[in-house]
Amino acid sequence: MKKFLAMLLTVMMVLGLAACGGDDTPATGGNEEQTLIKVGIINNDPNESGYRTANDKDMKATFTEENGYEASFAYSLKNDEQIAAAQKFIQDEVDYLLISAAGTAGWDSVLTDAQNAGIQVILFDRTIDADESLYVASIVSDMAKEGQTAVDWLTAQGLDEYKVVHIQGVMGSSAQIGRTGALDAAVAANDNWTMVTQQTAEWNAETAQQIVQAVIDSGEEFNVIYAENDDMAKGAVAALDKANITHGVDGDVIIMGFDCNKWALEELLAGNWNYDGQCNPFQASYINEIIQGLEAGNAPAEKVVIMDEKGFDAATITQEDVDQYGI
Amino acid sequence: MSTSNKTAAKKGGVISGLLHNQICIPLAALLALVIFNLVMDPSFFEIKMGYSSAGDPVLSGYLITILDNASELVILAIGMTLVTAASGGQDISVGATIAIAGSVVLRVLCGTESRPDELQAPIFVAFLICCLVAMLFGAFNGVLVSYFNIQPMVATLILFTAGRSIAAWINNNELPIIDDAVFGYFGNFIPGIPIPTPIFIAVACMILIALTLKFTTLGLYSQAVGINPHSSRLNGIDPAKVKLITYIILGLCVAVAGFIKVSRFSTINYSVVAKDIEMDAILAVALGGNALSGGKFNMGASILGAYVIQFLTTTLYKFNVVSSALPAYKAVVVIILVVLSAPVVRQKLNEIFKKFNERKTAEKPTDGPNKGAKEAA
Repeated sequence: MKKFLAMLLTVMMVLGLAACGGDDTPATGGNEEQTLIKVGIINNDPNESGYRTANDKDMKATFTEENGYEASFAYSLKNDEQIAAAQKFIQDEVDYLLISAAGTAGWDSVLTDAQNAGIQVILFDRTIDADESLYVASIVSDMAKEGQTAVDWLTAQGLDEYKVVHIQGVMGSSAQIGRTGALDAAVAANDNWTMVTQQTAEWNAETAQQIVQAVIDSGEEFNVIYAENDDMAKGAVAALDKANITHGVDGDVIIMGFDCNKWALEELLAGNWNYDGQCNPFQASYINEIIQGLEAGNAPAEKVVIMDEKGFDAATITQEDVDQYGI
Repeated sequence: MSTSNKTAAKKGGVISGLLHNQICIPLAALLALVIFNLVMDPSFFEIKMGYSSAGDPVLSGYLITILDNASELVILAIGMTLVTAASGGQDISVGATIAIAGSVVLRVLCGTESRPDELQAPIFVAFLICCLVAMLFGAFNGVLVSYFNIQPMVATLILFTAGRSIAAWINNNELPIIDDAVFGYFGNFIPGIPIPTPIFIAVACMILIALTLKFTTLGLYSQAVGINPHSSRLNGIDPAKVKLITYIILGLCVAVAGFIKVSRFSTINYSVVAKDIEMDAILAVALGGNALSGGKFNMGASILGAYVIQFLTTTLYKFNVVSSALPAYKAVVVIILVVLSAPVVRQKLNEIFKKFNERKTAEKPTDGPNKGAKEAA
């Protein structure tokens, strides 16, 4: 038994050495190709949502060796793990650090380390509470603008009365705050706008269905469902279908969603929904542009880049839109 | 205590007797909610017959909504009660394993495509495989708890953390959508039958567990193991095996609940499906007056507890509580219910009730000072 154990340990040690050797070879190989730009990408878990999956795919498609990048990825939904990953990337001497931070606080010291090591930091998707000098650019979505675009579209529908069922995301998330703000303002400003109910479904289709079901059961009238993401709009529609309330184009109830999932845009195309607001997950091309500019010695024109985001109307959407913008 | 209880029961009659029954806690909670709704708006209890967009007859109304939406929770509460009784701890991974079970159903039905034109396997097969996988994950938890003696909450923390990622991995991070009317029947309505299918499934599970508890020794053994594993072993029961079996049964409950969940929308969202349902399931067990430290249990009370939770949720939606305040309202109600169900409080309540009865039966002026002395003590 002891002999066997000793053998096993020896074999494992040899294997361990071999593994180390294996690690060394590509590293020396990497040094020969000086032209590749090393980027460390810190992102949230791609399983988090359809948005994140699309975002991660976009990153992986852009920062490839063909495009002149050597990219390393780290994923976590936890701030401290992300910061640890950033420290590791700094030790690995990457040229650029791309961060979609899980939380807004606690990044100062690690970003200072990066700056001292001569690493350029670019934030994407989410901003952080740190001094602006610590990063070269941040590419973000303006959630308040998304909400405003949607509310402007709703106003343009020219209904006599707006009786809105408002289904919110997780309270306190930036998407919820931005998308709620515009609607709240519109309801406060217009006499013919009323909020039938305003509840959080925490991005959950089933909870949204229950909320709308409760409104239907109460017998209150409504003609707009403003759901802060596609899943919740889907849940709301399921409740309407159960109660035989028509919706979408030429229906009794206007359905509004956000995020532009492919299946949601197809609902729009079929006329079952009326509006879907985009939350653009495709930041990679913006980042690529900025890095290429920096490599050529040009600092980005603006520190905060707000991405273009569309709102789709069931009346005007085309199959091309679905294919291009669906995530 | 027991002798005084008997006398109190004799004197006090039905109400006092009921107070000693475990089921009185969820029943009282349910009654309170019913009375509250009756006073505020009697139309709450209205049930209407209508037609869905597809032209099929459907029953609608708050009561139907409550029964429908509580189904998954009821099914989970069944398994959670057994696990609690036998292992003296709770499985906090049920939400995550529901995501896994749902993901397996979609994976089997969709194959590798995320939007299949036709199903790749019969729904029945998908359900069986989902049961098998969920029972395997249940067994994983069970082995950690029973054979490695890890605290149930710590053991199930593993799948609680990793489960949703595993679910996503099963489907390659895709979010499959099934375009098949029959698959939707299980979470919605079967055409022609106006009662939501999940209600039938929940009732079937209740009947199944009632028969199991009646005709097998599962109930007796799990309580024995929960009360004292050492003496159960001396009596020829293998505590580890019994614990393992309860976790596997919970796995089966998870599979059924997960199947209903994916059927409701014919799709899945790994990060939010059945979110926080583990807390509601544990709460249902607690509301049923079952000791969370294991031992004796009352299955009916747990099931009623699950319905109470959904009743509360729907009531809060109906009264349009501000969304940011919703958790606070729920918390207040939960605190009241849990405090009332605590053995210490119940004992105190019993004593007060007893005194009240004594005073009523023997209204002698000489009793006065005696009473005061008792209360002071």
